[in-house]
Amino acid sequence: MSKARWTWKTEGLERFLSGDELIKGESLWQDAWRRLKLNRGAYWSLMFLALVASISLLAPLFPLPSPMALDLQDEPQAPVMPWDSFGAHGFDEATKNHFIDSWEPNFVDRALIAVRTGIFGDWQTGHWLGTDSKGRDIASRIVWGSRVSILVALSATLCSLIIGVTYGAFSGYMGGRIDNAMMRFVDVLYSVPFIFVVIFFVTILNEYRHELADAGIGYIHVFYVVIGMIYWLTMARVVRGQVLSLKNSEFIEAARVIGASTPRILFVHLVPNVLSVVIVYLTLTIPAIMLFEAFLSFLGLGVEPPKVSWGLLAVDSTEAINPIKTFWWLIAWPAAAMGSTLLALNILGDGLRDALDPKLRGR
Amino acid sequence: MLGFLFRRLLWFVLTLLAVVTVSFFLMRAVRGGPFSNERTLHPVVERNLEARYHLDWPMWKQYVQYIGPLNLDERGASTIGGDGTKVWGGVLTGELGPSFKYRDFTVNDIIRQSLPISIALGSVALLWAIFLGLTTGVLSALWRGGKLDLSMRLAATGGIALPNFVIAGFLILAFVFSWRLFPVAGWGTLRHLVLPGLALGAPFAAYISRLTRTGMLEVLSHDYIRTAHAKGLPPYLVLLRHALKGGILPVVTYLGPATAGILTGSLVIEKIFAIPGTGSHFVNSALNRDYTLSMGVTILYTVLVYALNMLVDLAYTLLDPRIDLEEA
Repeated sequence: MSKARWTWKTEGLERFLSGDELIKGESLWQDAWRRLKLNRGAYWSLMFLALVASISLLAPLFPLPSPMALDLQDEPQAPVMPWDSFGAHGFDEATKNHFIDSWEPNFVDRALIAVRTGIFGDWQTGHWLGTDSKGRDIASRIVWGSRVSILVALSATLCSLIIGVTYGAFSGYMGGRIDNAMMRFVDVLYSVPFIFVVIFFVTILNEYRHELADAGIGYIHVFYVVIGMIYWLTMARVVRGQVLSLKNSEFIEAARVIGASTPRILFVHLVPNVLSVVIVYLTLTIPAIMLFEAFLSFLGLGVEPPKVSWGLLAVDSTEAINPIKTFWWLIAWPAAAMGSTLLALNILGDGLRDALDPKLRGR
Repeated sequence: MLGFLFRRLLWFVLTLLAVVTVSFFLMRAVRGGPFSNERTLHPVVERNLEARYHLDWPMWKQYVQYIGPLNLDERGASTIGGDGTKVWGGVLTGELGPSFKYRDFTVNDIIRQSLPISIALGSVALLWAIFLGLTTGVLSALWRGGKLDLSMRLAATGGIALPNFVIAGFLILAFVFSWRLFPVAGWGTLRHLVLPGLALGAPFAAYISRLTRTGMLEVLSHDYIRTAHAKGLPPYLVLLRHALKGGILPVVTYLGPATAGILTGSLVIEKIFAIPGTGSHFVNSALNRDYTLSMGVTILYTVLVYALNMLVDLAYTLLDPRIDLEEA
């Protein structure tokens, strides 16, 4: 009797196991990716952002006029259609050297510029998107400006990510009095009008610019760090909340039982589990920082000419508004470039939030 | 409730003290003083100026004098040099001191002149943002998935994606140069208030709209809404009396950060529309090393942001009785 039951059981197990081969396991990321692809808006936003990123990265390769080549005219030139004026010879040795001297591109970009002159020679495109009041090509300024804007956004976000995740995870994991004190500190910082902090740091930076340059630190790099230092607060709060809800789960207890150190538990076990929330928050931080860069540029505290960023372009465009003649291309193109990128980032962020939401998983 | 208020107040005082202390010492640690940017002054004149503003004192003494309410000036007089300028009683007595740059004004004077303007502008922007945001958000939630919903969501995301000075630029192009409906800049009449208010409130309207939509969608799926419908309440009453109250909770929490954001945003808008508000002093005073004005504006903004956040927390309990402030 008992033997018969035993065989029935193994048979059942085998049948169960053979069926199991048909069921594939799906990780959180695979599932999220599948659902992100179903969300058309988020998917196309991602594609668009990839396009923007590659254009920005490969900017030196395109036969655009130099973003700094001045051509002093009475007023900005209107856009010309590509079929009216496709391009001309203009990117000569002097222009190139002037650009390299003032922009100071790194060796990869120099190599790319060399490739560009190898392919196109001194040929450059016409002013398809028009020129600004100093005769500089708008298209070129948008493409080169995207590099600065994206770099500011990415590095400041990275900075906020590192500080925020470490701080939040540590605070949440320690709990009790330490957590309380650390979060109070965040609350205090929250109520400080942080724009003051930035203005303040930037004025200090300006004062010590030469010392910084001597130490080999670029002004712009400190600028990234300063912005990043402001945006970590929300990140810390978000991460702490997640860690609080996770820290009493079995897998953390198991890790503690086998003697894992606190940093190991934090970074190997806890942080990967809050990653989805962090990523969603990141996609929403990047646009905020790009806007903030524009805001600082407007106040004259951001990226400085002759370099150019999207924020600076937007500022130039609003300054060109006057009642006598409307130079619509000055305001339309930078606004379109910035608006579409930030729009895509926001849509992608929303899409990612839906895709990574465990409540909606498997649907 | 009283315990909560008391604790918040305590934290507020500590925060403020920390802000004042840190900014005081940082600001003075930076090279260059309020008088170093001008034409080189005669050394005697400079020494006299510094003596007048106590800049020749050791740092700690300046700090104590600034905080007040003790008057460390041995001259003991309430006026210096016979020009009627009061030696200030310190921050604790609510006096923020004389401005270094605008010599005939105290910081209190400057704030008294400019703050009402900023507050008027900020209120218009906030009210407009709330009105537009709530309406579009609710409409969007009611016709979820429709064309109206889609276009409004797109507009809302677009509003978040553009800097407010670009929005202001478009508004000027449309309503000043093309249609000549409003004056381009300045201050004084109600018509001067419209465009800056619109531009300042736009990003916040967009955000509020999104929050309302999400909140309303969540609330509308609850059982008590179905019950309200089932008992025969007209749909607009269900919406106004039952759904809205729960649906706008996320908006209420957002109002604190929104006000802070509007305060900061007004820096830019005031500059574009040439409005004599407090925002302009913010940047200029830091660049001019106008110690007292810079500190005064910072203190003012800290107080405003903190007070508004506290109000928001209180409003939250009124809307959602489940939240207990004692635990917060």
